[in-house]
Amino acid sequence: MIGDGLDPLGTPQDLDPFGTPRPRGPEGVPRGGTGGKVSPRDRGVPGGRPPGPTLSPAPGAAPLSRMIAAQASLEVRTLLRNGEQLLLTLVIPLLLLAAFSLEPLVNFGAGLSRVDFLTPGIIALAVMSTAFTSQAIATGFERRYGVLKRLGATPLSRAGLIAAKTATVIAVELLQGVLILLVALVIGWRPDASPAAIVVAPLLILLGTAAFSGLALLMAGTLRAEATLAAANLVYILLLGLGGVVFPLTKFPAAARPVLELLPTGALSTGLRDVLQHGAAFPAGNTITLGVWAVAAITFAARTFRWD
Amino acid sequence: MSAAPHIPANPAAPAVEIGGLVKRYGQLTAVDGLTLTAARSAVTGILGPNGAGKTTTIEICEGYRRPDQGTVRVLGLDPVRDARALRPRVGVMLQSGGIPPSVPAADYLNLLSRFHTHPVPVAQLLALVGLTAVNRTPYKRLSGGQQQRLSLAAAVIGRPELVFLDEPTAGMDPQARHATWELITQLRTAGVGIILTTHFMEEAERLCDYVAIIDHGELVAGGTPAQLTGTAGQLRFRAEAGLDLDSLLAALPPATAAKESPAGHYVIEVLGHVDPLLLAAVTAWCAQRDVLATSLSIESRTLEDVFLDLTGRDLRP
Repeated sequence: MIGDGLDPLGTPQDLDPFGTPRPRGPEGVPRGGTGGKVSPRDRGVPGGRPPGPTLSPAPGAAPLSRMIAAQASLEVRTLLRNGEQLLLTLVIPLLLLAAFSLEPLVNFGAGLSRVDFLTPGIIALAVMSTAFTSQAIATGFERRYGVLKRLGATPLSRAGLIAAKTATVIAVELLQGVLILLVALVIGWRPDASPAAIVVAPLLILLGTAAFSGLALLMAGTLRAEATLAAANLVYILLLGLGGVVFPLTKFPAAARPVLELLPTGALSTGLRDVLQHGAAFPAGNTITLGVWAVAAITFAARTFRWD
Repeated sequence: MSAAPHIPANPAAPAVEIGGLVKRYGQLTAVDGLTLTAARSAVTGILGPNGAGKTTTIEICEGYRRPDQGTVRVLGLDPVRDARALRPRVGVMLQSGGIPPSVPAADYLNLLSRFHTHPVPVAQLLALVGLTAVNRTPYKRLSGGQQQRLSLAAAVIGRPELVFLDEPTAGMDPQARHATWELITQLRTAGVGIILTTHFMEEAERLCDYVAIIDHGELVAGGTPAQLTGTAGQLRFRAEAGLDLDSLLAALPPATAAKESPAGHYVIEVLGHVDPLLLAAVTAWCAQRDVLATSLSIESRTLEDVFLDLTGRDLRP
């Protein structure tokens, strides 16, 4: 044989029970039967039919950590392969950061350069896009397609599934964080932070993630998937405008400002801006706001979530 | 997180034991006092028209729904209370869906294989269900039959003791259906218990060690396919249309039924088997009237006949 060793016609013994030719490895060995460890019982008689797999009962649940890692790894790969999700979580935040930093599209007020004003807001937007919008849409459709129901019949517990979703969100946020910080630094971002920011900024992001995740699951666990899709995108656009991401909250009427700062996006962007650009040690008000959102949203989500 | 609670194994417990099960949805009683036992290492078929309560029963066994009344034990355990102990031991194939649409077949099986301690190797399983060539194809782009086969593979990858298959061959072409029957037979030989629902009587007749026919949420008949079909024998023949059936019946042993359907096609039915005396009585009666019976055949009823007799011929909503 020449080339890659594939024999398109195959010989009868290369047909599996469904009549489709088995792809063969370079040595003409069926690929199916040689992957992984082969126990003695799986080995066939030389010259006989290729051995089938052992199906005899040998049940057992894998360790929880392995199940969570497997689930999270599949979810991350699924998100990174999904164009719309990438648009929300990476393309839009990075484009806004670059466009609003390089062109004077908005007057941010005195005191901060454009990129210095934008970077904390874009981080808040990134957290919202992943923990809220992306997670709500993905979970809503998983529920609609019976994926959550089917997972309920596997050894992965509900707590394990929620841990995997949390790990997925944090992994995507880390990727977003690296890219946003790189782009911001290239554009000329100069943070003005106290040493406490090393702890406080991640704390704010973590609380924001918890609050947005709770809201995402509250929505995905009660509404139809299509309604979740529409509502999650609408909230994303609204809070992009009203959450202190690219338009300073100081531009809004004085009466509206405290209300906007009580929304999770406003609390996160304002808190991060205080810590990263104004050298604040600990924005207590914003931290409490995010904490209350997190506890309330997760409590309601846990009470109302329907798995199928 | 703590380890799964230790629950003593009870190898003597049947695969499934259902006693007096009742499940209502609002006004509708989906399952109405069902009692049923399924043995281990056997294939048990649950048959019934649409809306008979098959899927509700299976989903209660899978722990998805709680019974309103009655008891359900799976491998001797409570499907809801002992869910953690049961999940690794029980494989599930839902009637449809359950697999993320954009995930390739092999990726989904790889995920599930990492949930178990001794999974069937993914490459071997893909070959067994005939999906090797499409292993990188996302679920949503597989054909209906391929989706069913992936779902079946997902049910058995963890080497369970018991699998629940809800209409496993729906949407398959004849080749895939035969190969799936072969796989179910292999599972049974390997010692796996199988509970399946189906609309295909041929499937039940071929595969099942025990068949339960349910309707309106109740068991209407149960037994081996041979027991169910062997309870009535049939003698069929053709002759001129319009023979006097009352006169024929008068010449035959009691507890015999006769009908003409369609015209010129006669069916005589008895409990048990058609015996030589009955055959002689029918042909003697014909001879007296100078009637030539052709295409005469002696048959037992098919499972489909039994099914339709028990559940009626009306279309279900």
